Amino acid sequence: MAEILGNITISLVHVAIPLTIILLFALVAIWGERKIAGFIQDRLGPYRVGGWHGWAQSIADLLKLLQKEDIIPKDANRFLFKFAPFMMFTASFAAFAVIPFSSAYIGSMINIGVFYLLAVTSILTLSVIMAGWASNNKWSLLGGMRGAAQLISYEVPTIASVLMVIVVSGSLNLMTVTEMQSGNDVLGFLPNWFIFQNPFLIIGFVIFFISILAESHRVPFDLPESESELVAGYQTEYSGMRWAMFMLAEYADMLLLSLLGATLFFGGWNSPFGDFMAGPVWGFFWFMLKGLLLVFVMMWIRWTLPRYRVDHLMHICWNVLIPLAFVNLVLVALWEVIF
Amino acid sequence: MQNVIKEGWLTFKSIFIGMGVTMRHLFSPSVTELYPEEKIELPKGVRAKLYVNIDDCIGCNLCARACPVNCIDIETVMATSDVDLGKTSTGNPKRFWLTRFNIDMAKCMYCDLCVPPCPTDCIYMVPEYEYSEFDRTNLVYHFSNLQPAMVAEVKEKAEKEAEEKRRKKEEEKKKKEEEKKKKEMQAKNELADNSDEKNDSSKPEKGD
Repeated sequence: MAEILGNITISLVHVAIPLTIILLFALVAIWGERKIAGFIQDRLGPYRVGGWHGWAQSIADLLKLLQKEDIIPKDANRFLFKFAPFMMFTASFAAFAVIPFSSAYIGSMINIGVFYLLAVTSILTLSVIMAGWASNNKWSLLGGMRGAAQLISYEVPTIASVLMVIVVSGSLNLMTVTEMQSGNDVLGFLPNWFIFQNPFLIIGFVIFFISILAESHRVPFDLPESESELVAGYQTEYSGMRWAMFMLAEYADMLLLSLLGATLFFGGWNSPFGDFMAGPVWGFFWFMLKGLLLVFVMMWIRWTLPRYRVDHLMHICWNVLIPLAFVNLVLVALWEVIF
Repeated sequence: MQNVIKEGWLTFKSIFIGMGVTMRHLFSPSVTELYPEEKIELPKGVRAKLYVNIDDCIGCNLCARACPVNCIDIETVMATSDVDLGKTSTGNPKRFWLTRFNIDMAKCMYCDLCVPPCPTDCIYMVPEYEYSEFDRTNLVYHFSNLQPAMVAEVKEKAEKEAEEKRRKKEEEKKKKEEEKKKKEMQAKNELADNSDEKNDSSKPEKGD
C-alpha cells in the first residue's frame, strides 16, 4: 500500500515538473512572441499591463479567456469537440516524459525514448482532425484536413532526421544520447555535440528544423490555422479556455520539438565550455537556453516568411526533404563507418 | 540537377536575406509614440482647434462669411454713443458689442479659411486636439464674454438709441419737409405778392 502511494506521489512529481515548465514557458513565450513581433515591425508590442514592458500581458489574457463564454456549436459533435483540445495538449505533454531536462532529471528512463516521443506526438494529428471534424464548420474541416495531411507528411522527414542522430549515437534513450555529447574534443575546442561531430548532421539539422516548423504548424507552414484564408482553421469554433488549450498545446509542442532538437544536435544539458559551468542546475539552464534559442529562431522566421501554398508544402516535403533526408541518412552512416 | 541545387541555394539565400532584414529591425528603435504619456510636438500651423481672442474682435463678421460650413455664429450690437469700446491691439476702433460669438467645432472642417480674412488676426488655430465630448452640444464654444444681463442692457440701450435716432431722423425729415413746405409757401406767397403788386400797380393805372 505504502509502495503504491509512494509511486503515485513520485508520478505526480514527474507530472508536475514538466507541467510547470510548460506553463511558465507558455506565459513567457506568448508575451515574448508578441514583443518580438512588435520589435521586428518597429513597434513596441504589449506595453501597459504589469509595468515593465507589459510583462503581465499573458496573465491578463488568461484571466480574460477564463471569463469567456464556452460556446459549443449546435450541430457539433459535443464529445469530440470538447475532447480535442485536451487530447492535443496531452499528446505534447506526454512526450515531455522522455526529455532529459538536466543530468539529474528525466521523467522516464525508458530505452525507446525518441521512438516513444515520436509515437506520442503523432496523436496531435488525430486531435487536429478531431477538432476540425467535430466543429461541423467548413473552415475547421479544411484546416483539420490540411493539418492532418501536413503532420503525416512531415513526420517522415522528422523521423528520418532523428534517425541520422540515432545512427551516430546508437541509442534511443535521450539521456544516453546527451551523455554521449559531453566533452570538448572536436577540433580541439568545439564541444562534442553531434552537429559538430558529423558534417552531414548539419544538413540533417536543417531538415529536422524545417520539419519541426511544419510539425508544430508554425509559419511558414501554418496552413492548418492560416488566419487569413481559413479564419483560424480547426480552431474557428473554439472559444475561451478550450481555445486556450489549443494555444497552450501549440506552445508546448514548439518547446518540445525545440528541446528535442537541442538534445539531438546541440548536446542537451551539456555546457558549451566543457566542465566550466557544468552540473545539474547549470545543465538545466543550458538545456533551456538552447531550446529557447531554437524557439526564438522559430518566432524570428514567423515574422520573416510568408505562408506556403498547400501544394508547395507537399512538394517541399515529398519531393525535396524526404529524398534529401534518406540520401543524407546514408551519407551520415557512411561517415560513421569510415571515421 | 544543377537547376535544383541553384534553386535550393537561391531559396536559402533569400530566406537568410529576409531574416537579416527582420533581425536588423528587431534592434532598430521603434516608431511607437506612447501617446497619453508622451505627446509628439505638433508642427507649426497645425489645424486643431479654433480660438478667438475676443478682446481684439471688431465684429466685422468676415470670418463667419468665409466659413464654408457656417460653423461660426456671430451677433453684434452697435455700441451706443455714450460708451467707448476702445481699440484693439492692432489699433482698429471697436464699434460693436459682441453679444454672441459661437463656434461649433462639431461642424468645423478645419479648412483654416476663417483665419486669413480677419483684419485684427484675432481668430486662429491653437495646437490643442484633446477635446472630445460625450455630448455634441458641448462642442459649441462660446467666445463672447458678455453676461446675459449685460447683453440685454446693451441691446435695450442700442434699441433706444436707434429709436431716438430714427425719431430724430423723422423729426429732421419732418423739419425738412416743413421747411420745404414753408419755402414752397413762401415762394407761392412771393409769387402771389408779386402778382398783387402787379395788380396794385395796374390798379392805379386802371383807376387812372
